[in-house]
Amino acid sequence: MSTAVTTWRHLLGIDGMSRGDIEGILDLTDTFAEVGRRSIPKVPALRGRTVASLFFEDSTRTRMSFETAAKRLSADIMTFTAGSSSLSKGESLRDTVEVIGSYGADAIVVRHAMAGTAHRLADWTDACVINAGDGCHEHPTQALLDCYTLRERRGDLDGMRIGIVGDIRNSRVARSNILAFSLLGAEVVLVAPPTLLPPSIDGWPVTVSHDLDAVLPGLDACYLLRMQRERINEGLVPSLREYATDYGMDARRGGLLAADAVILHPGPTNPGVELTTEVATDPRSVILDQVSNGVSVRMAVLFMLLGSGMDLAPDQSGADQGVDG
Amino acid sequence: MAERERSRTPPFGGVFVAHARVMTADDMGRAILRMAHEIIERNHGLDGVVVVGLQTGGVPVAERLVEALEDIEGLRPPLGYLDVALYRDDIGIRPVVPEAATDLPADIDNSLIVLVDDVLFTGRTIRAAMDAVCDYGRPRSVQLAVMIDRGHRELPIRPDYVGKNLPTRRDEVVDVHPLGVDLGSVEK
Repeated sequence: MSTAVTTWRHLLGIDGMSRGDIEGILDLTDTFAEVGRRSIPKVPALRGRTVASLFFEDSTRTRMSFETAAKRLSADIMTFTAGSSSLSKGESLRDTVEVIGSYGADAIVVRHAMAGTAHRLADWTDACVINAGDGCHEHPTQALLDCYTLRERRGDLDGMRIGIVGDIRNSRVARSNILAFSLLGAEVVLVAPPTLLPPSIDGWPVTVSHDLDAVLPGLDACYLLRMQRERINEGLVPSLREYATDYGMDARRGGLLAADAVILHPGPTNPGVELTTEVATDPRSVILDQVSNGVSVRMAVLFMLLGSGMDLAPDQSGADQGVDG
Repeated sequence: MAERERSRTPPFGGVFVAHARVMTADDMGRAILRMAHEIIERNHGLDGVVVVGLQTGGVPVAERLVEALEDIEGLRPPLGYLDVALYRDDIGIRPVVPEAATDLPADIDNSLIVLVDDVLFTGRTIRAAMDAVCDYGRPRSVQLAVMIDRGHRELPIRPDYVGKNLPTRRDEVVDVHPLGVDLGSVEK
């Protein structure tokens, strides 16, 4: 097990992490996956610690999996809901964060539509900040759980060829995953219509294709991104049906994928758009594994930031200080 | 294991310098054999006995103990592994990182658990281990076997089987390894 892990205060993004950092978290996740398999899936590790979840955007699985993770570690949870808070009275983000801090939150899990929100918060609070999605920027715990799921299925990401299909332009999941997959030695292929690619991918460790059928046979894993309906109004794709025809995963395209390939989707899926129900229940699909691994990975992240005491030890390895500099 | 302890506890890092070899490999082998006999005697055989090594220092001792029990009784008791990192009471005071996942036999209800560690010191690891074991089930009894009991207990815990009682100073360090047991100190 890797012990030369960077000393972390916050988890703001995959950007700035090293391969060793990611592998350290994935190794740690094994321990917490074991906790989840017990008849009483709860350990006292973070007793007395408080985790605040601060979601300015809707979420089912990220929020619930963070809360489940915190509960399994015996931490207390404070839940902030944008709709029922003083935001409607004009309270600023900074006020909200300072109030949560003064209630004694040890960690703040934040999701916000603005890129960089988690980084701002890190300057304002003494609590550990965990980015649960900031605009189109990053969603690091999603990338970590995807890496864990792939590693669980395939043993190692090194040398894998992973296709990421769909709305790359607006996807924080894609950004974090591109970084994480390539750090772990995988080759990343982006497959999307030109309108759904970012204006520039200079310097990204990826290749690009617009033809899913041509790419599929060479893939070890196919990552389908959620297609958001708003994109139709923006005129980036003519219709969901046309998108499904060109980039949706159906039984025929499933046949083009290798027998040992892995199909991933961050959820929630639009059945019949990114993939058909048939593909979602294919043995190669790991969508439900992603959900359950999400809890284990988030337990590892919470424990690393709040419980491991890594911040108590002086930096021995001389490694860089991670993303919180 | 000692390596990990040194890197994560004040003064962080440093080099272990052995001052005396207090047990040789042969001494350890004899102690293991004796403890195995004691375990069998105390439990009237090996019926229901489950040997559980504490990650990571207790694991090699537990493995040798299981070998010895098998040699004597002709049947091999189940061997489990337990990482107590998540149950420690010094989380937030001292760096704590799980070393390896726990792997216990499926059902420990009504079993006779023998916890095995290399060195018994303050007793806090054993306190954590007992909490951890109780999360997995309700054993009939929990016993403790250690290669070295170095004293300085901070909790009312005592071992049932001891390889060697070793009087130490608090600042000394005991290192159990395959070639024997060394008493020394950590030099910056």
